[in-house]
Amino acid sequence: MTVALSGKDIASQLEEKFPGSVEETGQDSLVVKSDSLLAVAGYLKDTGSLAFDYLNYITAVDYYSYFEVVYQLTSLKHNHSVIIKSRCYGRENPAVPSVVGLWQSADFQEREIYDLMGIKFEGHPNLKRLFLWEGFQGHPLRKDYL
Amino acid sequence: MEVSSDREYIYTSSELDQQEGQLIEEVKAGARESIPDPDAWLDEEVKRSIMLSSVDALLNWARRSSLWTAICFPACCAFEFIAAEGPRFDMSRFGMEILRASPRQADLMITAGTLTWKMAPVVRRIYNQMPEPKWVIAMGACAISGGIFRSSYNVVPGYNKIIPVDVYVPGCPPRPEALIYGVQMLQKKIAKEHPIPDLPQMLQRGKKE
Repeated sequence: MTVALSGKDIASQLEEKFPGSVEETGQDSLVVKSDSLLAVAGYLKDTGSLAFDYLNYITAVDYYSYFEVVYQLTSLKHNHSVIIKSRCYGRENPAVPSVVGLWQSADFQEREIYDLMGIKFEGHPNLKRLFLWEGFQGHPLRKDYL
Repeated sequence: MEVSSDREYIYTSSELDQQEGQLIEEVKAGARESIPDPDAWLDEEVKRSIMLSSVDALLNWARRSSLWTAICFPACCAFEFIAAEGPRFDMSRFGMEILRASPRQADLMITAGTLTWKMAPVVRRIYNQMPEPKWVIAMGACAISGGIFRSSYNVVPGYNKIIPVDVYVPGCPPRPEALIYGVQMLQKKIAKEHPIPDLPQMLQRGKKE
C-alpha cells in the first residue's frame, strides 16, 4: 500500500530549500505559494529521497474567495504519495504555473480545469477548451456560474 | 501546440476549433423548437380503405423485417442495447439485430444515450447520411427529454430538437424487453406506411412544380 507522507515532514524540507514557499501545512497536504510552485514541484520530482515521478491527478476547487488547485503526486520508486495544493486569487484572471514540463499527463487535466474553472496555467503549450466548444461563454464549474 | 512549418495544413487547429464552435452554435440556435414526430401514417388507414395495394404490403413487410441499426451510442443506454443484442434477449429473433458501422447501410437509428451539444452536429450528420426510408427510436430518458441532465449547460434536451423521432422508449435505462417492444411498435408503424404514392397525388405534385 502506498504510504501517504505527512505534509509537515515535507514542509520542513521545503522550508529549508525554499524559505517562505509553504503557506499552510495539514496532516496529509501542504499549500504552496503559486509563485514558487514550479520550483517546489521540480524539487519534489528530482530529489532522490522523494522522487515523485508520477502525477495521479490535478483538480481544482472553488472556495469563492480563492481557487485551490490540488495535485496528488506518487513516487513509484519509494511507493509514497503526497497532496500539494496551490491557491490563486481573483475571479477575473486566476493563474498558476503549468507543470506540463514536469509531468506530461498534466496536459489534458490542465486544459479541463481551464475549460470548466477558468484557471489559466501559465506556460501551458496548448491552453484551450477541452470539453466545451470554442465560443462557449463562461466556465460552468464555478460556483457563481448561472 | 505549434505545428511544425515543414508540413502544410489547410487550416490551423485554432481555425478548426472556431469552425466547430460556430457549427455547434448554429445547431443550438436552430434547435429551439422540437421537430414534430412523423405522423403521416396516422391517416393512412383511410386511404388504404379506398385503395389497397399489395405492393405496399410487400414493401412494408420487407422494410420492417430487416431493420439495420446505425451506431449512435453516446452513453450508458448502449449497454442495455448490447444486452438486447446478446443471446439472452436476442433481438435477432425479430430481424432487428444487424448493426452497421456505416450509416449509409442503415435505416434505423437507436439513440442510446445522453447527447451533448458538442456531439449534436455529428449525430445530425450521421442521420443525414442514412438513406431514405429511415426511422429513429429515442431510447431512454436522456434521449426523450435530456433526462436528469436536462438543465445542464451542455446537454441537448431531447433528440427531437435535432432529428425527427418515431418511437420513444422510456426508462433509465429501458430494459431490453422495453427496447424490443419499442422496435416492435416501430414495425407496426412501418406496416401502416404507404410507400407507393397514389396516382392523383403524383399528378398534383407534378402540377405544383
